[in-house]
Parts: sequence; structure tokens; C-alpha cells
Amino acid sequence: MLSQILYAIPFLAQGFAITLWVSLLVVVLSLIAGVALGVGLVYGPAPLRWAVRIFSDTIRGIPILVLMFFVYYGLPAIGLHLQSFSAAVLALTLFKTAQVVEYLRGAVGSIPKGQSEAAMAIGLTFRQRLTYVIFPQAFRRFLPPWINGVTDAVKGSALVSLLGITDLMQAINQVIGRTYEAMPLYILGALIYFAVNYALSLASRRLERRFAFIRE
Amino acid sequence: MGYTLNFNLIWRHFDKLWGGLLLSLELAVISIAIGVVIGLVLAVWYVSAGRVVRGIIAAYVEFIRNVPLILLVYLVFYGLPTVIDVAYDAPTSFVLTLSIYSGAYLVEVFRSGLEAVPRGQLDAGKAIGLTPWQRLLHVRLPTMLRITLPALSNTFISLFKDTSIASVISVPELTFGAQWINFNTFRIVEVYLVTTAMYLVTGYTLLFGLRLVERRFRAAR
Repeated sequence: MLSQILYAIPFLAQGFAITLWVSLLVVVLSLIAGVALGVGLVYGPAPLRWAVRIFSDTIRGIPILVLMFFVYYGLPAIGLHLQSFSAAVLALTLFKTAQVVEYLRGAVGSIPKGQSEAAMAIGLTFRQRLTYVIFPQAFRRFLPPWINGVTDAVKGSALVSLLGITDLMQAINQVIGRTYEAMPLYILGALIYFAVNYALSLASRRLERRFAFIRE
Repeated sequence: MGYTLNFNLIWRHFDKLWGGLLLSLELAVISIAIGVVIGLVLAVWYVSAGRVVRGIIAAYVEFIRNVPLILLVYLVFYGLPTVIDVAYDAPTSFVLTLSIYSGAYLVEVFRSGLEAVPRGQLDAGKAIGLTPWQRLLHVRLPTMLRITLPALSNTFISLFKDTSIASVISVPELTFGAQWINFNTFRIVEVYLVTTAMYLVTGYTLLFGLRLVERRFRAAR
């Protein structure tokens, strides 16, 4: 049994690399898209605010799995052909983007209005107000929930196995298909996911403490 | 390439979706009910326990919260029966998994709620001569529930959405029904539009109902 598992380790490592790669792509892309849409939600004109609100509430209201099948099977039907990897990353990114929008809204909303007004009074432009006044302060409140959400991205990435992508989850299932050692391999997989996510959540707790001084 | 929406086939197989939604709700309600019991018992135990028990409860919570639900579902359905002598069908297996999963999230919710109960209330309970059991039942738990209601509703909705994972072990809930129609009729866009609407309407109806309960029981400030 042990030798079979040892034999499978390089294969599992490849899957693990895919898991990390998917997670990283999703985290980075959703950060960019989420901050852009979040700024639109807080400062944009009414139609944009409405659009972002509907996007965020819809995406967060359905299971990631449904979103993923919708993107993977639905887009080709309307003539948009994506590889399964791109479709999976797109779906997970859409989901995470909606969460980042909410983190950003919460963080920016927590900054007292006076800050923005003071910045306006000394003649800063909109872009300067965001860069020098609002974002530096909002950042401290944005960071802890966002890092916490990174563990969700790693966990969510396990769903890409359902589109036939050989991530860690799929690699485990394939090794089980060959060796019939279901329990040891699932436990091994759980420990790997646990190690990554627990390290991330410890990091987020440290950051929370690091920024605790701002509590008024 | 144009795509014409045609919902006829969806309505013809709508029982797959409607029955699926009912099963999703059933899975969620049973799992959450068991999860609430696990969460309450362990949270109350945690706040009054010694270091060893705290360590064990924390290990359970941290482990479950840091592993993908889909892996836990596989582990319980395909893994467990190979090492212990149990036999269960897929829905039972999923309810077991989601109960353990929701329990871990709910311990956290209840524990932080218990710790937020003002010390003075417990002292007041002691002062009027309530026994420790009465203080728990009539002072601590009701106050804790009021404090945790908003977090609790969010957790419930999120667990309802998690029932979609049951489709990976062929439990015929809503997502499974959607996939069935997807593969058998190829009205792909239509079926996921309808499924999305069903999840949204159900989720937001639940949320609205829970918000009403919250307003009714809002903690006095």
C-alpha cells in the first residue's frame, strides 16, 4: 500500500502544481477585476452601480458549481469556445470577483466621509484622493478578509476536477482508480489542502493582529 | 452563429429541477439541524472546557474548514466504507458529510457569540440565584442567539448552496437535475438560466425570511 502511494507522489505533485496555479490565477485576476468593479460600485454613476450590484448579488447567490457548468457548457452553445482550463478559471474568477467587490465596498465604506471631503477641500483629484487618502486607509480593512478568502479560492479550485482538469483532487481520484486505496489517498489529499489553507489562515490572523492598532 | 432560446424541453423535464430543488432543501434542512446541534454542544463545551478538549474541538473546526467540501464528500462516500463496515446510500452519505461540515462552521459562529455575551448578564443571573444550567438556558443561549443571528443566516444560505456538491455523488438534487437536462436535451443555456433563477429565488427568499426573524429578535442596545 505504502509503495503504491509513494509511486503516485510525482503524479500528485503535478496535480498539486495545477491546484496552486489555478488558485493563483483566480486570486490575481479577481483582485484586479474586483477592485475595479468595487470602485465602480462605490463611486460610479447609478447605471454602473446597479450593474455591479446585480452582478455581485447574482453570482454570490448561486453555487460555484452551477456557475462553472454554465460557463463551461453554456459558452460554447452561444459560439464562445474556451478550453476547459480557461472556462474553469473564468468561472472561479467571476465568483471570487464578486466577493472582492464586497470586501472593497466594506473597506472603503468604513472610511469616514470627512477624509474624502478634506482631500477634496485641499484640491486633490479623484484619482489622487483614492491613491493617497482612501486606499491606504481602506487597505488595512480590506486585507484580512481578502487573505481569508484566498483559502476559499484554494478550496474552490478542487471543483475544476469536475471539468476533467487534473488538479490535486482529480489526481487523487485517478490514483484511487488505479490502486483502490481510497481512504489513505483521500486523507493524504485532505492533509495537503489543510496544510496550504491552514498556513494561509495563520498568515491572515497575523496580519489582522499587525493591523489591529487601527481599531478606534 | 445564432442561438435561439427554447424552453420547451426544460418545462417538459421540469420535474427533474423541481424535485431536485425540494431535495436540495431537504438535504440542507436536515444537515443544518444536525450541524446546529453539533455546533451548540461543542461551542458550549469549548468555552467551559480545559485545554485538551479545546484543542480537540479546535482541531476538528480547523481541519474541516480548511479542506474542500468535495473532498470530504468523496472521502465519506467512497473512502469510509472501505475501512469501516458501514453501508449507506448517497443522500445519507451527503447529509452525514454536510452535517459534520456545517457543525465546524457553526461551532465558530456560536463560540464567538457566547464570548460576546456581556459578563454582567451572567453575574446578574447568578445574583438572582439561577443554577449554572438555568443561566445557560435562560441567559446565555438566548443572548448568544440574538447576537449570532446575522452570521447564522449567512452560514445557512451558504450551506444551502453547498448542497449542489451532492451532485458529484449522483444525489438527484437541483444541480444534478440541471446536468441531466444539460446532457439529455442540450438546451444548455436555458437549463442553467432556469436553475440559476431557482437558486436565486430560493436563496433570497430564505435570506429575506431570516432577516425578518433577525429584526424580530434584534438584540436590545
